[in-house]
Amino acid sequence: MMPQAGAHTGESRAALPALAAGLALLGIGLLFAMVIIAALPAFLDHGAGSVFTWSWRPYRGEFGILAMLSGSVILSVSALLLAWPLALALCFWIITSPRSPFLVPVRGCLRLMTAVPTVVYGFAAVFLITPLVRAGLGGSGFCWLAAALVLTLLVLPTMALIMEAGLAPRLSALCPGGLAVGLDRMELLWFFVLPLSRKTLLAAALLGLGRAFGDTLVPLMLAGNAPQIPAGPGDSLRTLTAHMALVTANEVGGAAYNSLFAAGALLLAVTALTSLMLRRIQAALDTGAEQQ
Amino acid sequence: MKRIVTLLSVLFMFALVSPAAARAAGLEAFSGLKGTLDIAGGTAHIPVMKEAAKNIMQANPDIRITVAGGGSGVGVQNVGEGLVQIGNTGRALKEGEIQKYGLVSWPFAIDGVAAVVNQANPVGSLSKDQLKKIYAGEITNWKEVGGNDAAISLYVREDGSGTRETFEERALDKGQASDKSNVVSSNGAMKTAVAQDKNAIGYVGIGHLDTSIKGLILDGMTPSQENAKNGSYTVTRLLYMNTKGQPEGLTKAFIEYIYTPEGEAIIAKAGYIPTGRQ
Repeated sequence: MMPQAGAHTGESRAALPALAAGLALLGIGLLFAMVIIAALPAFLDHGAGSVFTWSWRPYRGEFGILAMLSGSVILSVSALLLAWPLALALCFWIITSPRSPFLVPVRGCLRLMTAVPTVVYGFAAVFLITPLVRAGLGGSGFCWLAAALVLTLLVLPTMALIMEAGLAPRLSALCPGGLAVGLDRMELLWFFVLPLSRKTLLAAALLGLGRAFGDTLVPLMLAGNAPQIPAGPGDSLRTLTAHMALVTANEVGGAAYNSLFAAGALLLAVTALTSLMLRRIQAALDTGAEQQ
Repeated sequence: MKRIVTLLSVLFMFALVSPAAARAAGLEAFSGLKGTLDIAGGTAHIPVMKEAAKNIMQANPDIRITVAGGGSGVGVQNVGEGLVQIGNTGRALKEGEIQKYGLVSWPFAIDGVAAVVNQANPVGSLSKDQLKKIYAGEITNWKEVGGNDAAISLYVREDGSGTRETFEERALDKGQASDKSNVVSSNGAMKTAVAQDKNAIGYVGIGHLDTSIKGLILDGMTPSQENAKNGSYTVTRLLYMNTKGQPEGLTKAFIEYIYTPEGEAIIAKAGYIPTGRQ
């Protein structure tokens, strides 16, 4: 009896995760299918009100979302360009100064920052950053630069922690021998660890990009939301995410609402692509492909 | 000692429970009712309808209320053809609509909108013509309307906002705001933005006017709740619910709920002025 019972519980133990995984996959599959099916009419319509135009004027029947797509790209890429070098510098400092008294508080602060909800950043920045940007650039202060600065702050800790997790073990593996031949930590990091860590650095960048691209509240609260292509960092822009939040606030049905499914499908496509690339890189990291 | 603690804790629990009991008074009319109520039409009504629907469905899970937008035209058409039980409009019904469908109107709120600027802005009044030119992007500096030499920052509400609809219809005479305007998504966000930016111009529902911002006198009309009620401030409109014939059952209970003190609190929270039953 005993072995049989054991086999039985073993079976159900295997069946339960399979069921859970199946449900999760089904959920994701349904999500993609629903969004794509709902977005199809908007994608197939190539008339004057097509979503693939630059002007969003619902009162004139113009539902173009290209300005919002470019807003999302411009904002997330600029935040990444600011955050990536900063994260790398921070990571360098963390792993080359093991005896600094600031190490523990800085790391604790980074961990804490990853857990702060974005609405908190947005709300604080409305009072702290927009007045500074307004004083510096003129205009309203709600603009590309203000949102990019806060998004930088938002993605920086995650990126720095990922870089540290990838770079620190490689450095400590090299340390005994390296230090013995007279190189310091910074030299080891720069000449030996960094060239081998391209994938870690790329993974950090992709994760930061995905987070910046998908964030809703920071652009909604800070970027100004004018549906236009910004001419400079002091200009207002609208991202796909903020656009969806703005339109769903009032519309429940109608052409403007339906065009949102197209915006959602684009958003889903970009985040899914980023996430797939990230998975491939991480799989490569796990199998140790980068070390060879 | 133990007794006193028990007594205190009982009192404390009453203190916690009694406001909830008072709040539920308007909802008693729904006990024993069940079924579905569909509402569609004006977008300005949505915050009020949704909040009322939420309260009712929480008090009585046998009731399902759906709230859809679509605009006043959709509201009239849907209720007239029997697709929904309540069709909302942000305007009075036309004679033809009343005759064609046999509709009955239930005005419940005044939606008044005030143009606002920062408290530090020396400009306290504008003509409608100046306001239109500012929003069209033709006047871009405050000194052109008697203010400081500073660029005007334009703030508007998001598409579909009832406040935006009323403002564009009544203050800009169906004009549109420049595409370069900053967009904020609530009356609260508008107040925060205008209170901070000394060169801002925006607009809020009159129910949201307070000392953090300055309501502009427009063509000599001062924006206030009283003036919106007595008709001397005209950037306003009435919000209506409409039914096909006299309402019954759940539909009747819903309309009556909107006129209760609790319903009026929901109306005021959405930034409108309750009219009471007329």
